[in-house]
Amino acid sequence: MVGQRGWRFRLIVALFLAPSLIPLIMFLIVPMLASVGLSFASWDLLTHPRWVGTANYRGLVHDGEFHAALLHTLYFVAGYLPLVFCGGLLLALALHQRLKGVAWLRTLYFLPVVTSWVVVALVWKWLLNPQYGIVNRLLGFVGVQGPGWWLDPHWAMPSIILASAWKDIGFTMVIFLAGLQAIPEEYYEAASLDGAGRWSRFRNITFPLLSPASFFVVVISLINNVQVFDQVWVMTQGGPAGSTSVVVQQIVQNAFSFGRMGYAAAMSWVLFGVILVITVVQLRLQKRWVVYA
Amino acid sequence: MPRALLYVILLIGGLAMLFPFAWMVSTSLKPDLAVFQTPPQLIPKPFQPSNYSTVVHIFPVWRFLLNSALVAVISTTLQVGTSAMAAYAFARMKFRGSGTLFLLYLGTLMVPFQVTIVPLFIEMKYLHFVNSYPGLILPSIASAYGTFLLRQAFMSLPAELEEAAFVDGAGHWTVFTRIVLPLVRPSLATFGVLSFIASWNSFLWPLVIISSQKLMTLPVGIANLQGEHLTAWNLVMAGTTISVIPIVIVYLFAQKHIVRGFVLSGVKG
Repeated sequence: MVGQRGWRFRLIVALFLAPSLIPLIMFLIVPMLASVGLSFASWDLLTHPRWVGTANYRGLVHDGEFHAALLHTLYFVAGYLPLVFCGGLLLALALHQRLKGVAWLRTLYFLPVVTSWVVVALVWKWLLNPQYGIVNRLLGFVGVQGPGWWLDPHWAMPSIILASAWKDIGFTMVIFLAGLQAIPEEYYEAASLDGAGRWSRFRNITFPLLSPASFFVVVISLINNVQVFDQVWVMTQGGPAGSTSVVVQQIVQNAFSFGRMGYAAAMSWVLFGVILVITVVQLRLQKRWVVYA
Repeated sequence: MPRALLYVILLIGGLAMLFPFAWMVSTSLKPDLAVFQTPPQLIPKPFQPSNYSTVVHIFPVWRFLLNSALVAVISTTLQVGTSAMAAYAFARMKFRGSGTLFLLYLGTLMVPFQVTIVPLFIEMKYLHFVNSYPGLILPSIASAYGTFLLRQAFMSLPAELEEAAFVDGAGHWTVFTRIVLPLVRPSLATFGVLSFIASWNSFLWPLVIISSQKLMTLPVGIANLQGEHLTAWNLVMAGTTISVIPIVIVYLFAQKHIVRGFVLSGVKG
C-alpha cells in the first residue's frame, strides 16, 4: 500500500471515518454520557436542571409502579422465552428434514419476523377481541367461554406473550436451523451404526452440538425482550389496571408525559443493569452446558 | 421423527402463521356489520374493497407511506455508505489507533436504545429538530453494526487485490469504489435490506420525536388509526394491510439476504 504515513494519509483515513464516527459520537456516545449525568438531576425541560444527587435512584427503590413494571417485564420474558425456544426448536427440527414444500413453509414461518410490531399487535388485538374476535368465537363453537384477553387484567399479559411468540418463533427457528446445518452428517451415521435410537441421537448429538445456537437464542431473546415496548403500547398501553405496564413504557411516560427526564434516565440505567446482570450470569452458566465442537 | 407427525406439526404451524394474515385481509374487505356477523366468514360476502379508499380518505395513509419510504431509503443509503467507508478504513488501511477506535464502535453496540432516548430527545430539542425529518433520520445515519459486518467482508479479500491499482497510481477512494465495493455486493445487500426493514418497522423513536400527523411514519400513523376508530376493525385492518404490503414484497425478493442478516446479527424488527 502507498501513503502509509504523513498528514495526507491521516487526512484520508479521517475522511473515511468521519461520516460514521461523527454521527455515532453525536447521537449515541454523547447522549449515553449525558444520560449518566441526567440520572442525577431533576429536569422538566421548562426550568433549569437541578442536581439532586442520588435522589432519583433512591426514589426508584420506593416506586411501586416501577417495581410492578419490572415484575411485568420479567413475567413477559418468562412466558415468552420458553414458547419461542421450544417452538422454534421444534419447527427447526421438523424443517431440517428434507421434505417437499419445506422452502415454502420456511418462508411462511419467517414472514411475521419482518412484519412490524404495530401490525402484529393490531392484528392480534382483533383476533383476541373478547366479544367479536375470531379466537373467542371459535372457542364458543366448541362450547368454551373464551377469556377477556387484553381487556382482562389476568389475561392481558398472556395475550401480549402469545402475539409476541407468534411473531418471533420464525426468528429462533432460523437460528436453530443454522445450528442444525452445521452438525456433520457423519456423527449421526456413526451413532446409527452403534445402534443409537432416535431419542438417543437427539439427546447425545443434536442437543449438545446445538447448544451454541441455544445459547445465542437465550441471550439475544433476553436482551431484546426485557426492552419490550411496541406491542405493549399498541395492545394495552400498560393496562388494564396497570397489569401490563413494562419498564421501557415507564421510561417513555416519565420522560415524555410527566416531564421527569432525570427520573426516566435513572430508570433506563437500572434496566441496563438488569440486562448486564442477565448477560453476565448467562456467560458464566455457559461453561456448564454449551459445547463448542 | 416419523414423517406423518412431521407433516402434522409443520401444517399446524403453517396454518397458525398464515391465518392471522388471512384474517387481516379478510376483515379489511368486509362491510361494517359483516365484521361482527355470526358465523364469521373467511371469504367476505359481499366484498367491500371501498374500505381501502375510505381509510385512505379519512387518514393520510399515503403521507405515512411516503414518510416511511423517505426515511427508510435515506437512512438505509446513508447507513450503508457511512458503514462501508469506515469498514474500508478499519479493514484495508493501517493507521495508529485503529484497534482502539474499532473497540469504541463495538462498544456502542452494547448500549440499549432506551438508555440514550431521553438525552437524544433533549439534544434534538436544542438543535430544533423535534418534530422534523432531520430529527427522525439523523440518529440512524451511521451503524456500528454495519461497520462491523462490512469490515468482516472487506478483510476476507486478499491483500494483493489493490496493490496493482496502487502501482498504477490509483488512490484509496478509487480502490474503495471501483475494486473493493463491487466485490462485497452480497454483504452490502444483506446489511442494506436489514437496515431498511429496521427503519420501516421502527416505532419507539418516531413515536417520541414526531407529533404532527403529516410527519408520521406508517407504524405510528397506523397505531393512531386504532385510537380514533377503535370499533371500525375493517378500516384498521385495511390500514395494517397497506402497511404490510411493501415489506412483504421486499421480503419475497430478498428473502435469502434477510434470513442471513437476521441469523448473523440477532437484530430483530
